[in-house]
Amino acid sequence: MSNKMTGAQAVLESLKREGVDVVFGLPGGVLLPLYDAIYQSDLHHILVRHEQGAAHMADGYARATGKVGVCIATSGPGATNLVTGIANAYMDSVPMVAITGQVNTWLIGKDAFQEADITGITLPITKHNYLLRSAKDITRVFREAFYIARTGRPGPVLIDLPRDVTVDEVEFTWPEVSLPGYHPSFKAHEMQIKKAAKALMEAERPVIYVGGGVKYAAAHRELYSLATKINAPVTTTLMGIGCFPEDHPLSLGMLGMHGTKYANYAIQESDLILAVGARFDDRVTGKISSFAPRAKIVHIDVDPAEVGKNVRVDIPVVGDAKNALEGLEKEVSPKPKGAWNEKIDGWRKDHPLTYIPDMTIIKPQYVIEKLCELAPDAIITTEVGQNQMWAAQFFVHKDPQKFISSGGLGTMGYGFPAAIGAKMGRPECEVIDIAGDGSFLMNSQELATAVVNDIPVKIAILNNGCLGMVRQWQELFFEKRYSATILGRTSPDFVKLAEAYGAVGLRATKPSEVEPVIRAALATDRPTLMDFIVNPAEKVSPMVPAGATISEILELEWCDEGHIGHLEKHYSDQRKAIFGEEGC
Amino acid sequence: MRHTIAVIVENKSGVLTRIAGLFSRRSFNIDGLSVGATDNPEYSRMTITVEGDDEVLEQVIKQLSKLINVIRVTELVPAESVERELAVIKVTADKDSRSEIMQIVNIFRAKIIDVSARSMIIEVTGDEEKINAIVQLLRQFGIKEMARTGKVSMIRGARVIKA
Ligand SMILES: Cc1ncc(C[n+]2csc(CCOP(=O)(O)OP(=O)(O)O)c2C)c(N)n1
Repeated sequence: MSNKMTGAQAVLESLKREGVDVVFGLPGGVLLPLYDAIYQSDLHHILVRHEQGAAHMADGYARATGKVGVCIATSGPGATNLVTGIANAYMDSVPMVAITGQVNTWLIGKDAFQEADITGITLPITKHNYLLRSAKDITRVFREAFYIARTGRPGPVLIDLPRDVTVDEVEFTWPEVSLPGYHPSFKAHEMQIKKAAKALMEAERPVIYVGGGVKYAAAHRELYSLATKINAPVTTTLMGIGCFPEDHPLSLGMLGMHGTKYANYAIQESDLILAVGARFDDRVTGKISSFAPRAKIVHIDVDPAEVGKNVRVDIPVVGDAKNALEGLEKEVSPKPKGAWNEKIDGWRKDHPLTYIPDMTIIKPQYVIEKLCELAPDAIITTEVGQNQMWAAQFFVHKDPQKFISSGGLGTMGYGFPAAIGAKMGRPECEVIDIAGDGSFLMNSQELATAVVNDIPVKIAILNNGCLGMVRQWQELFFEKRYSATILGRTSPDFVKLAEAYGAVGLRATKPSEVEPVIRAALATDRPTLMDFIVNPAEKVSPMVPAGATISEILELEWCDEGHIGHLEKHYSDQRKAIFGEEGC
Repeated sequence: MRHTIAVIVENKSGVLTRIAGLFSRRSFNIDGLSVGATDNPEYSRMTITVEGDDEVLEQVIKQLSKLINVIRVTELVPAESVERELAVIKVTADKDSRSEIMQIVNIFRAKIIDVSARSMIIEVTGDEEKINAIVQLLRQFGIKEMARTGKVSMIRGARVIKA
């Protein structure tokens, strides 16, 4: 029986066999044959308005479902528009396959129209990449790409697809994956698990430090069993948020630069750190030479290169987190709560995460608390900056797949397209992008995608009229010289912007309007943007200054010029400059 | 400290770029790199010399091992391995200096592979020190041009590094 088809059809058949149900993309000249095949297939394709959006949607989809996200872009500018999204997925170990069009094979290297060496460009930001040169390799390469993307430490894989390769005829086969140089380590060594268990039993002041690896390994239940069996406190990185329920008495919340004081104190005082799927990033460790000076370090990671990369490790455990945690839980015997737990509870009581509530101006933290109260089970995505940190701090996270944020790369403009991707993967969930006014504009064009495809995500803009996080640093360390961080609140009018796209726009300017606006947004089944006019002077607190030890974490004063804050003057000056005296 | 590692890689286009890119991105210092065929046409072998302490070496090995096209990475400890490099050196040579140069060539068991009225090309193989030594001696005559291969290395005895 002959199975002849075009390269484009082989691509679609490969996607189908890999279980892909939705792709995010935007066509172009070299992709015409592929898109023609898509037209004739039953693959669900979401047309984006900018390819960066496609990459972040695939990423958000992957994080919300645990499946491989797929995005498609044409050659040249389409492919380069994916780059930020691919780098973002690489830094956060997100399983993703990016498909790019390429010029005909005989034109490669000739600076042909819309040619870009995208495999060269993405070499350092992909787990692996391929330039297909023959249609007969399509199925093998697609199968390998999905396998590589989702196994071991997940990551993005790019496949560059020259036009002629999609046109050529090929016999369809589905070869087994055979990669002699790829051994994603699966099972942790039993000896190492025994050693780790012994260290955990002997420790008087243990802390479990959890990163995104626990989420990708879906090891949160094993983590829970282990932590509760030995009553060890658990702190998570930004990527690990949700892996341990934050309303549990053993939860320390997030650690690091904007973590809780008690998490940072616990780490610094601990005699044993069990790091699981975390990589001792500089935002977590602060000054590395004085990080956890008294602690023995056990490091469980599926990527051997992470073990010993940033800190010395006493007991390395290379392997899958689920399997390793399960093994550990079996090895340890139950331990009651003790003096260590009490000490931590004391810190927690003395240094809670708080803010000063206000009756006249909306506090951004209050918006997050209200969102958490009214939509506790929502998937939260974030942009980058203060909005992201407040979303991490003030929403009570309980599910690893329900907090989606750009950690390693810190990409402004990530949250909104990621929310669209997440909603495509988990349509039954409410999905809310917690955004800053700066970040949102970086991919606001995807409002069209959400409206046209009827993807009812919700956006909560904490509109402070500035690039808040950078402004915060300028306030603290550059004597309030607000160089290029004041955006003003007049442009754009976010409510009108939403309406222009056909979405719902809502605004709250007073604390009393926050709840009704959220309720109204949750009640609609249309894409909805909520514009919360918040106190511009608010800072993310506590904070470990750059280069300091993490226990030197500061409580920042909230706002130094009354309720309105010194920023309002900047806004009125700017409005005067634009609109003249009467405009303000 | 200097370390020598042997890397068996798939013989595919772009693999050298991946390895060179990895070294520059992670700020590892490559002192030398040579690539060539193995007994199996599907694989090539690279010999890479890197500068750094043991922690750097560990990272180099782990990061290289993560590349999908890299099959095996092995450190070659100098005391347990043999190392060879080849150099071709074009020196100024006229009738007055020719015989003296030939003496040096003999002492080093090198070879003369080309002669002209005013120059000679000398081929020499050996470990790095030996090549450095002959280069040093030939300088007095005037080195016009030199090309070195970078070293290849192999473990002594019956142990093998294979895909
Ligand atoms: C693409 C990109 N450009 C620049 C930055 C640097 N940066 C980090 S936070 C931030 C401010 C973000 O402002 P906004 O989105 O309004 O959020 P806020 O901090 O005010 O909540 C900037 C510019 C970044 N992270 N990403």
